[in-house]
Amino acid sequence: MSVATSEPPKLDVRADSGTAPSRRRRRGSFGFNTISPREKVVRYVLLVFVLLITIGPFLWQLSTSLKGSGEDIYTRIPRLLPSQPTLDHYKAVTDTIPVWDYAKNSLVVAELVVGGNVIGSSLAGFALSRLQFRGRRIVLGLFLATLVLPGEVTIISQYVTVREFGLANTLFGVALPGMIGALNVLLMYNAFRALPIEVDQAAIVDGANAWQRFVYIGLPSVRGTISVVAIFAFIGAWDDFLWPLIVLTDPDKYTLTVGLQYLSGTFSNNPRLIAAGTMIAFIPIVIVFATLQRFFFKGVEEGAVKG
Amino acid sequence: MRYHRWFTPWVLVIPALAWLLVFNLWPSINTVILSFTNARPIGGGTFVGLKNFETLLHDEQLRWALLNSVIYMVVCLPFLTVLPLLLAVLVEKQLPGITFFRTAFYTPVVASAVVVALIWQWILDDRGLVNGLAEKLGIISGPLPFLSDQWLLLLSAISLTIWKGLGYYMIIYLAALGNVGRDLHEAAAVDGAGPLRRFVHITIPGVRGTMILISILISVSALRVFSELFILSGGKGGPGGRDNSVVMLIQQYSQGFEGNLGYASALSIVLFFVTVVPMLVLARLNRRGAEA
Repeated sequence: MSVATSEPPKLDVRADSGTAPSRRRRRGSFGFNTISPREKVVRYVLLVFVLLITIGPFLWQLSTSLKGSGEDIYTRIPRLLPSQPTLDHYKAVTDTIPVWDYAKNSLVVAELVVGGNVIGSSLAGFALSRLQFRGRRIVLGLFLATLVLPGEVTIISQYVTVREFGLANTLFGVALPGMIGALNVLLMYNAFRALPIEVDQAAIVDGANAWQRFVYIGLPSVRGTISVVAIFAFIGAWDDFLWPLIVLTDPDKYTLTVGLQYLSGTFSNNPRLIAAGTMIAFIPIVIVFATLQRFFFKGVEEGAVKG
Repeated sequence: MRYHRWFTPWVLVIPALAWLLVFNLWPSINTVILSFTNARPIGGGTFVGLKNFETLLHDEQLRWALLNSVIYMVVCLPFLTVLPLLLAVLVEKQLPGITFFRTAFYTPVVASAVVVALIWQWILDDRGLVNGLAEKLGIISGPLPFLSDQWLLLLSAISLTIWKGLGYYMIIYLAALGNVGRDLHEAAAVDGAGPLRRFVHITIPGVRGTMILISILISVSALRVFSELFILSGGKGGPGGRDNSVVMLIQQYSQGFEGNLGYASALSIVLFFVTVVPMLVLARLNRRGAEA
């Protein structure tokens, strides 16, 4: 959390240089967009109020994780700032469960899922949108149809499939089914389609083959959507709970989310310890998101998330 | 005229297509097949006919799970359709620092459901922040059993889902608000329409399509709820297992010696109908609304 709160001015400057100019041009007519000082105050008061609701619980957890063992965390008068700040509980978590191994496991799964989705969905998205071939519409229809199906409906038989491959209770088994998502294929398909066809034709005249058109024309122009796919894939894999819970039985192989649940089930009497554990799972994802949020919000504006 | 060999597109599509067939299409068929067997988590299983579906009819836990799902959906729908829209309007204007607020409001979405559920578990604890503050302020005399009462637990999980979903739907609305005509707002303002009237008569009709899409997303995800209820109830599904969701039941039957993948598959088919029906109804409403 410390990242998001200590960085606002910096984030702000970056975002302004990225998105604001076009916006200002679009809206700059008649001074309609000028905000009265009163409205400004009201807006900021509301913004801070919502901020407290959304960020407050994380800060409270962070504070609990830093409070000393001698400090009364149950006090009737809640104190946000620890009076005896300590990192002991973070050390205690690592002594209790192999939390760094769990983090490594989560990272392995997330890397596989990100890699698979970036490569697999951009290849398929390119072929489906830029190359003519028989059966294209049927394949496209298949990808669309699977969006209707909630993943939980097939999770049991997916487990059976992974088990048949001999991958039950392995990290690869956790990553495998999510390595190419239908939604990501469609996102990439949409992104490639936005390219004017004339660019392709010009490249064909110059003798570029399909692969060269993919690498030198397609990919550079869809970088925004690729980063959205990568961010979503990473967050999805890192945060996933149900699927690794079903696939993994061996505590050594747990990912962070399953490990945290294990921790809270075994040591539910020590909120400081659990708080430290949750922060270890939470802080990396916040750092990833805070550093990449520029691409994310840009992708949103390009319409990549509209569904 | 084509400018590539006939197999080039297929080479590019094959990996994604293979994944689709192996991990989406085949499992959907296999779910139906499995639901007629008594397959175990370790393997094996024989054909048992309609036995699983007969068991479904008398499964009291399933009845509670379905009731919980309906409550979940009915409560989440109004809150998550309206609140994120208001938020989107709030963060739409380019004020200094607005990117920070947008990012911060999105943080609960980025965090794992397990992490936020554990945080809420601590806040809603008998001796946690909420009970402590409420007692201090004299609103209640003893702690409210947020995590051990059947209905309070469900309500806690619902509020957690709403809190975690705010930022997600806010972003979708934000993208939609960008398409609402600026000139409409300006014209209405010139005609003397205040912010509230403009919101009701311009903003809401402008994002109507998105609203329908979002209500579909909300209903489906409310019916698929798992992590929030699982963690808040400590994996036990509340007193007497009355706070289970359908997905929690599926997970329970997927593991251990008591596990029964056949029955879990039958439950999956229930889940399919429960989620797809509201989706079709809402999509249909949307089409009819668009024609009118």
